[in-house]
Amino acid sequence: MSILVNKDTKVIVQGFTGKEGTFHAEQCMAYGTKIVGGVTPGKGGQEHLGQPVFNTVEEAVRATGATVSMIFVPPAFVSDAVMEAADAGIELAVIITEGAPVKDMMYAKAYAVKKNMMTIGPNCPGIITADECKIGIMPGFIFKKGNIGLISKSGTLTYESANQVVKEGFGITTAVGIGGDPIIGLSYKQLLPMFEADPETKAIVMIGEIGGDLEIQAAEFIKKHITKPVVAFIAGQTAPAGKRMGHAGAIISGGSGTAAEKMAALEAAGVKVVVSPADIGKAIAEVMGK
Amino acid sequence: MNIHEYQAKELFKKYNVPTPRGHVAFTPDEAVKAAQELGGNIWVVKAQIHAGGRGLGGGVKLARSTSEVRELASQILGMTLVTHQTGPEGKLVQKVYIEEGADIKKEYYLGMVLDRASEMPIMMASTEGGMEIEEVARKSPEKIIKVAIDPLIGFQGFHGRKLAFGLGLSVEEINNFIKFASALYKVYMDHDAEMIEINPLIKTGDGKFLALDAKMGFDNNALYRQSQVNEMRDLSEEEPTEIEAGKYGLSYIKLDGDVGCMVNGAGLAMGTMDTINYEGGKPANFLDVGGGANAETVAKGFEIILKDPNVKAIFVNIFGGIVRCDRVANGILEATKLTKVDVPVIVRLDGTNAEEAADILNNAGIANIIAATDLADGARKAVAAAKGE
Repeated sequence: MSILVNKDTKVIVQGFTGKEGTFHAEQCMAYGTKIVGGVTPGKGGQEHLGQPVFNTVEEAVRATGATVSMIFVPPAFVSDAVMEAADAGIELAVIITEGAPVKDMMYAKAYAVKKNMMTIGPNCPGIITADECKIGIMPGFIFKKGNIGLISKSGTLTYESANQVVKEGFGITTAVGIGGDPIIGLSYKQLLPMFEADPETKAIVMIGEIGGDLEIQAAEFIKKHITKPVVAFIAGQTAPAGKRMGHAGAIISGGSGTAAEKMAALEAAGVKVVVSPADIGKAIAEVMGK
Repeated sequence: MNIHEYQAKELFKKYNVPTPRGHVAFTPDEAVKAAQELGGNIWVVKAQIHAGGRGLGGGVKLARSTSEVRELASQILGMTLVTHQTGPEGKLVQKVYIEEGADIKKEYYLGMVLDRASEMPIMMASTEGGMEIEEVARKSPEKIIKVAIDPLIGFQGFHGRKLAFGLGLSVEEINNFIKFASALYKVYMDHDAEMIEINPLIKTGDGKFLALDAKMGFDNNALYRQSQVNEMRDLSEEEPTEIEAGKYGLSYIKLDGDVGCMVNGAGLAMGTMDTINYEGGKPANFLDVGGGANAETVAKGFEIILKDPNVKAIFVNIFGGIVRCDRVANGILEATKLTKVDVPVIVRLDGTNAEEAADILNNAGIANIIAATDLADGARKAVAAAKGE
């Protein structure tokens, strides 16, 4: 078992024939992901990486039965692509693109919600169910199959945590990189109950960072609804206030959104919070009773 | 990206958001000329820097004659203004804004910002004009009235009424306020702003509203389509090393420790700083070299980190995913040829081909390159090296 995606998930790629889209679609296919086609307006009817190319998402969905779209279009066109996917009945859009304007995502997310389409990202590494399905840009080999669910705002910290978990003798069910932009799709609060309901997942790693209050919301949710052990790390304990730390959303503004307040809230919710990201693997071993 | 008060007011004027009349001046002569053009017998001389708290720092002064305008402009231009937002080093004032005096009956606060919880812009108003809004939020949050504005319907009358009645405005004043707030919403949306602050917003003797101050910040991701805003960018207000890093696709922020950091990915870069701190050291910077850490970007990274004389050691922490570690290792060796690095460099490469990478570094026989096995090991070695151990 896993959450959201598995070996049977049919995926299309928006921005299929571009440089990034091509490279990562190929990597995903090599991992075993069922990529059944792609969309590049104006290139409909061609074949790319052995799969059909369509002009519109609607055609692609009709012809292939895809339910998930992996989006690689440039930032200026990303909201259009997300809304097209929502309109065409896609169930989950994984938005890899970095640098989308916040205003555009505000409209795109509102429309996706209206159309009941889930989104992951933007500016994220994507989602991976170990040994089954990789939709994104993460190095697949790190994610050995196991019983730990992973939710993270950061790409490389996702790899770092998964690697530590594996080194401790455990593995991953599904890992979701939710992205660090001010407006994102699925967040901790939506993903935690999915891991809670997944019988394979025995514990959850949650990586957060400064800015916003999603981690605080997660803490409140965990307190009430999550029975599985959760290990958390919040990046940016040493970040100065008022400075944007790489991710558009990683900023302490007006004294709120600090790592300290998030760590305190999570601890109060019974989460095992590590101060150093080097201790994530050890903390998992501890909560798993090894 | 942020702009100056006088620039924000230019944008306001185009959208009929009322502000006092004023002109920017770079010299005392220009300041006097501006005052003469504005007419009247009272002017405000305001330092233009990208930081709040200018009044308390002595950067905003009232003049009652043109000779006083000259005197104050001479004082303020060229001064290093220190406010609670500039840091102790302060900011050099290179221009002043000369504004006509206003008939202030009452001061308010009005601001807009993206509310990440509702995923909509919110407008905030308070009767506590002139005070810092964070301070008001802490001491008397009930004095801040907030309305989330769904962009799908835009600014409606009810948004304005909720704010206006909340501020206790009279029926005659409400229409003026709603007109003001509605125009301000358009300024925010049309320019991809992420923040507008008017503190204070003033009510004049005749019940009209004027933006006495104006602060605006913008979404960097949207600057490609905001040419007018882009032209307002004042590079002298930004950190030169941060600008230079940006040119090479690196994201750099200077801190005050002595362990330089070079990392791929923003989250891991913050996590690396935190690990150094946990191991008893102090990070000298945040530096994200991005996904493809190659010889050129790594060399540039070394160069930027080493501009900071406090740096005693550098911790290179790369988690190689799609990028293979052996390639990164070769990149680091090449980078040390492109940029002279005379402090210990602790290198932790993990992920794809990590063992080959360690061999490459160990066999290169460069005395100041020290290989580390994992994040904690690397941080410990870097902290020790910075302490000269």
